[in-house]
Amino acid sequence: MSLFTLSPAGMRLHKRRKGLNALALTLSLLAMAFGLFWLAWILFETIRLGIGGLALTVFTEMTPPPQAESGGLANAILGSVMMVSLATALGTPIGILCGIYLAEYGKQNWLGHVTGFINDILLSAPSIVIGLFIYAVVVAQVRTFSGYAGILALTLIVIPVVVRTTENMLSLIPNALREAAYALGAPKWKVISSVTLKAARAGVITGVLLALARIAGETAPLLFTALNNQFFTSNLGEPMASLPVTIFKYAMSPYENWRELAWVGVFLITLGVLALNILARVLFRKKI
Amino acid sequence: MDTKVDTAAGEKIKIKVSDLNFYYGKFHALKHINLEIPERKVTAFIGPSGCGKSTLLRVFNRMFELYPEQRAEGSVLLDGQDIIKTKVDVSLIRAKIGMVFQKPTPFPMSIYDNIAFGVRLFETLPRVEMDERVEWALKKAALWNEVKDKLQQNGASLSGGQQQRLCIARGIAIKPEVLLLDEPCSALDPISTGKIEELIHELKADYTVMIVTHNMQQAARCSDYTAYMYLGDLVEFGPTSELFMKPKKKDTEDYITGRFG
Amino acid sequence: MSATLPAQSYEPKDAAAESLPGGIPPTHTQRSPWADKAFAAAAQSAAWITLALLAGIIGSLVYGAWPAIREFGIGFLFSTDWDPVEDKYGGLVMIYGTLMTAAIALIIAVPVSFGIALFLTELAPNWLRRPLGVAVELLAAVPSIVYGMWGLLVFGPILATYVQIPLQNAFSDVPLLGTLFSGPPVGIGLLSAGIILAIMVIPFIASVMRDVFETTPALLKESAYGLGSTTWEVVWKVVLPYTRSGVIGAIMLGLGRALGETMAVTFVIGNFSQVDSLSLFQAANSITAAIANEFAEADTKLHQPALMYLGLVLFFITFCVLALSKLLLQRMKRNEGSRT
Repeated sequence: MSLFTLSPAGMRLHKRRKGLNALALTLSLLAMAFGLFWLAWILFETIRLGIGGLALTVFTEMTPPPQAESGGLANAILGSVMMVSLATALGTPIGILCGIYLAEYGKQNWLGHVTGFINDILLSAPSIVIGLFIYAVVVAQVRTFSGYAGILALTLIVIPVVVRTTENMLSLIPNALREAAYALGAPKWKVISSVTLKAARAGVITGVLLALARIAGETAPLLFTALNNQFFTSNLGEPMASLPVTIFKYAMSPYENWRELAWVGVFLITLGVLALNILARVLFRKKI
Repeated sequence: MDTKVDTAAGEKIKIKVSDLNFYYGKFHALKHINLEIPERKVTAFIGPSGCGKSTLLRVFNRMFELYPEQRAEGSVLLDGQDIIKTKVDVSLIRAKIGMVFQKPTPFPMSIYDNIAFGVRLFETLPRVEMDERVEWALKKAALWNEVKDKLQQNGASLSGGQQQRLCIARGIAIKPEVLLLDEPCSALDPISTGKIEELIHELKADYTVMIVTHNMQQAARCSDYTAYMYLGDLVEFGPTSELFMKPKKKDTEDYITGRFG
Repeated sequence: MSATLPAQSYEPKDAAAESLPGGIPPTHTQRSPWADKAFAAAAQSAAWITLALLAGIIGSLVYGAWPAIREFGIGFLFSTDWDPVEDKYGGLVMIYGTLMTAAIALIIAVPVSFGIALFLTELAPNWLRRPLGVAVELLAAVPSIVYGMWGLLVFGPILATYVQIPLQNAFSDVPLLGTLFSGPPVGIGLLSAGIILAIMVIPFIASVMRDVFETTPALLKESAYGLGSTTWEVVWKVVLPYTRSGVIGAIMLGLGRALGETMAVTFVIGNFSQVDSLSLFQAANSITAAIANEFAEADTKLHQPALMYLGLVLFFITFCVLALSKLLLQRMKRNEGSRT
């Protein structure tokens, strides 16, 4: 052992370093446990408090007045499903096209750089501001809250997510693939649509699913666009109920039946969002 | 494969490898290596890609421990003391066995701090002594004259060849006994390569040097002893001049004359 | 007249035509020459839509806030009046609430995220790395309304009993800390909102930090280990300086999210538009909470414009923070190529 020891001062230093290392690594383990703890607790409480109120009536009955005996979330669920799916349907093509532009046309020019930059800012921008924007340009103009306004607000949140994932996925495709297609004489639009986009298909679909999961849980953009509606409607021109806004209203209230329904709503949303995320991952891994 | 180790008479042995086996998971990468590395000489390891020469080098400073699926079995003795199975803390072992990698890896700090980094791990030197140590290391690595006026500049601001000499200086600063060079010139231009080969000649006065190289001519130029490896076996080991002029095994001769690899 | 042979048509001898079984292959004409142009135009207009969106948001906010801007000017940012009855507004309470909750959130979230990123990149055994990484990302996907509701109905009461009351008792006589921990310990206020925001933002910062740490070349880390460094020393002295821009970018990204978050904060902040003490337990307000609660019913002349003004301020702040974050992350990516 004589070869591998240091002077007494050196050994003290060595001990101190090892101690510091052990401390740091222990703290890091604790941090990981800390993070997992919250996830576990939140999920646990959501399941515990939400599953209790889960019944068929949740899906068949409308949102009740306070302190009513029965009631469900049917109109809220329908409103959410309608608005979320239409927003995704509207935002996805625009997002994919913009992502294509950034990856295939815009890598060298100022429009590409600026758009990519702005897009990432919009990606993380406060969603309530999107709601204000749609309020100003839509709701204030037609003087009514509506499902359409809600859809537009959600679309504006879908677009940046899809743009980002589409551009990332397309950029991962090696140039050799594009060159092979060009070498066969294919025009640019065909190379993109038939070769590059197809190769990145799994990633792009994942991006769409993630965007869908994101807006499924968004509340703020709907607060003053679609507002809320106590009654059942499938008319998008009217104010429309949605799960998140209903939960918001019910959770802060003092009424017991409302609070129970709010937990069921939270449970449903969490379930849906997590399922979509897991689905997106599985899909992505399978195709790669 | 047992090899008759053929060190010249009177050479002191620095490292003795006995029946070393190495595994990447299930893959048997090094097979029954027996080897004696002479002190204060340059030993080169040559062989085609995948023969295990870098793997062998990385056993000596236990770099493989960073990767859980890699393991070594057997005995490696440095001056008679086991360095594989020993309970001694691995950083003390690495203080004695330094390594320089294929690409220059300057740390994101000043040139001075790069050199001082290793020293500060093991010694608390006052400023004056640290300055001296840095100067000494840079002089030994033949870099002092080029950087003495810009010690506070970032290490990455140097050219590739200078960065690699910085890494050598960094390794020397902690006063190791053995230097492991893993293809140190593979990322450098010919002029920088020449400078580093000169440096290796000077370094062997103080350190036992082991160098892995893809370039047979470099091995012939720089080393005193050469080991030829193939697919995890140590095929032949001997004084460089003998191995290149009159190789004992046909496989060695085939490789050296370029019949394959 | 000399005999002449019938005229022969001279067709070019096409070697290809003679060698191929079916004759000369058909020449390819571009079936839709306009398709390339149309496709490029469509893609480009999608890009313009993004820019138009930004311009539209800023424009509509300014337009909507104009009555309030004209009426209150810059003083709006420093006034604590918030009186819908008198139609007099000042945003200081909300701005303070937004900044304080974000600050509390970051103070908690940054070290924890760093610890998690460190764990995921250096400590966790290989088989554990992916499931833990997935768990962290799933946590980031949970909608903020879940955090808000859980915070109000589950966490708040527990915070009150086990944290706020003891803190209040412990520091009641201490000068500065005493004021911080005064106020009704019922689980709402700046501290609660800040903690919930921290929990929300942790997975987000942690996964970006982890991605940033993973860009460190293995050779660089091995060099440090090779000199005899411990794992902590490699991370603190080599990985962190190497990824410095990226780490700061990750933190700023988390800050941007924290500033703009609505639902996680609205539930527990208390929606109280006065500030009469520095207490962290007192009900307070933030920009997003104020807008969320008051906008739909705001009907006096300047109420909505005042809220829009707040929205404009928030957008401006988050825009600057996010732009800075993006620049830092881009700079890290660029340096990656030129270094080791």
